Amino acid sequence: MWDYTDKVKEHFLNPRNVGEIENADAVGEVGSLACGDALKLFIKLDDTKERIVDAKFQTFGCGSAIASSSALTEMIKGKTLDEALGVTNKEIADFLGGLPEEKMHCSVMGQEALEVAIAKYRGGPVPTHDHGHEHEQEGEIVCKCFGLTDGFLKKVISQNRLHTAEQVTHFTKAGGACGGCIPKIKELIAEVLGEQQKQESKKPERLTNLRKMQLIQEVLENEVRPLLWADGGDLELIDIAGNAVQIAFRKACAGCASSGYTSRFVEQKLRELVADDITVEEVQG
Amino acid sequence: MREIYLDNNATTKVDEVVFEEMRPYFCELYGNPSSMHYFGGQVQKKVDEARQRVADLIGAHPEEIIFTACGTESDNAAIRSALEVFPNKRHVITTRVEHPAVLTLCRGLSKHGYRVTELNVDSAGRLDMDELRSAIDDNTAIVSIMYANNETGVIFPIEEVGRLVKEKGALFHTDAVQAVGKIPLNMAESTIDMLSLSGHKLHAPKGVGILYVRKGVPFRPLLVGGHQEKSRRAGTENTASIIALGKACELAGQHMGDENTRVRAMRDRLENELLRLIPAARINGGGADRLPNTVSIAFEFVEGELILLYLSELGICASSGSACTSGSLEPSHVLRAMGVPFTCAHGSIRFSLSRFTTDEEIDTVIRELPAIIRRGREMSPFGRELLAK
Repeated sequence: MWDYTDKVKEHFLNPRNVGEIENADAVGEVGSLACGDALKLFIKLDDTKERIVDAKFQTFGCGSAIASSSALTEMIKGKTLDEALGVTNKEIADFLGGLPEEKMHCSVMGQEALEVAIAKYRGGPVPTHDHGHEHEQEGEIVCKCFGLTDGFLKKVISQNRLHTAEQVTHFTKAGGACGGCIPKIKELIAEVLGEQQKQESKKPERLTNLRKMQLIQEVLENEVRPLLWADGGDLELIDIAGNAVQIAFRKACAGCASSGYTSRFVEQKLRELVADDITVEEVQG
Repeated sequence: MREIYLDNNATTKVDEVVFEEMRPYFCELYGNPSSMHYFGGQVQKKVDEARQRVADLIGAHPEEIIFTACGTESDNAAIRSALEVFPNKRHVITTRVEHPAVLTLCRGLSKHGYRVTELNVDSAGRLDMDELRSAIDDNTAIVSIMYANNETGVIFPIEEVGRLVKEKGALFHTDAVQAVGKIPLNMAESTIDMLSLSGHKLHAPKGVGILYVRKGVPFRPLLVGGHQEKSRRAGTENTASIIALGKACELAGQHMGDENTRVRAMRDRLENELLRLIPAARINGGGADRLPNTVSIAFEFVEGELILLYLSELGICASSGSACTSGSLEPSHVLRAMGVPFTCAHGSIRFSLSRFTTDEEIDTVIRELPAIIRRGREMSPFGRELLAK
């Protein structure tokens, strides 16, 4: 039997916020009957359309899927959409006092449904890891059985610091059916680990302008763009003048309602990995 | 909370009579049956008695019984023996619905130069006999086909299979772990060459099993060492458990009638009432000949682990064909082989009864389960249309 925490048990025995919201502002659906679990998330916003005032769910799945859905709805109530987008699957699992590793994919499903709901509300393309449903797929499909892309898998690997293919299966289901993509998953892990190591050895003390420009380019290529690809977006570096970096958004990011948020994310990444005084500005071009 | 134990195909309660029979062989009569003194000798006599009791249950001779540690060991010993006996035959036949004890072994063999045929079953879980007929040839070393399926209880036409196998000169092994004690078997009039049995499925303890090997069938041991079990299975005998298994087999013989009347009636009642009270439910293997104690029932649009967790809160113990209970991501290989749709496979629950099951326990399940299924469907994004009808 699974070693579920008391909090997990409490949430599947007495799930919060089961049901649907009529006239919901945002609805996100992930999973399918064939996959063995599916979650439909309903979100109601306040009058300014910024803050979540209510959230409900319908879930087909095991005890931890129900508990993760219940936890997610509790966690996002009262948050702004941008704050809600910052909720990670790990935070959902932590809220429940932890999940067995084999069940971590339930928490990932919660996070996915939230991203899908918000992306659909904001009018951008739906994130690509919407397995089981027919949506536009961007990125390369790695796991054919569950329809998961490299961008999505890399994001989960990086956020949860996964280092074995088995862990990736537990977190995303990838590789859990026919197993054909396990070699590719191992490659992705190596890639992400390589990036993480590079990241840790970065940020030298003093930079020449030329070196700084090289670093900015590297960070955008290796750290930022893969994450945007995962959600169907992209960016282009337009200019670097001293510490001022100009970027233009492409694909899904162009004209996306949350591009301001994305600019701040890029700036934060560059400050973290290159220099503390970098500023990022979005330009048309 | 007293448990309502309906998971007897997973394991069974040790019968208290069986436990009393084995109890003296730990601290008092702990001698080694191989010893030359009276102290070990008296244990040897009890082991012989147990061998006779096991043989009686399945209509075999005592010298055809080899005690092992479990059903898995018996399965491995049988198949590996056949491959050693026929070093030039490189083909093995089994089924897609076997227990992992056989299936994992066979799939491993296919990576070591053996050709392995996994026979298909139909939607009721019945074996495709034509496929067997065309698969078997002179190169087939062994055919290993379970007597009855652990998940659905579907019984295969073992003697018909055996006759086909004999015509081609291959050996025939059956994993009868789920069948022994539930339906009568008689090796004296059988085509089976080797048969596996496990103690803990028939109210003996875990950690003991047997491999039946018909007299005259060539055999090579899996474990070599001492001369125990006539050098067919080395290792000091697990005397207490062997003695327990003997007693359990004796009792199983006595209760066989009960199993096929009272237990079967309870199973049938459970099945019929659940089908009557719960919409969109179906019996997996419902169209086939089945063990009297097993029902596998599928509920659409609700996930099996959740059903088990809610049942467990009420003390009701069952099992599931769902992916989520095992930590794997795909529903049971047995249900998939039968082509059970995904909508049902994820929501399949197995109840397996025993002679200790009571009518009151069955009443409780019939009373509680419909609300649990309804609750699960109310939570599910797919179940709501069904409920609206």
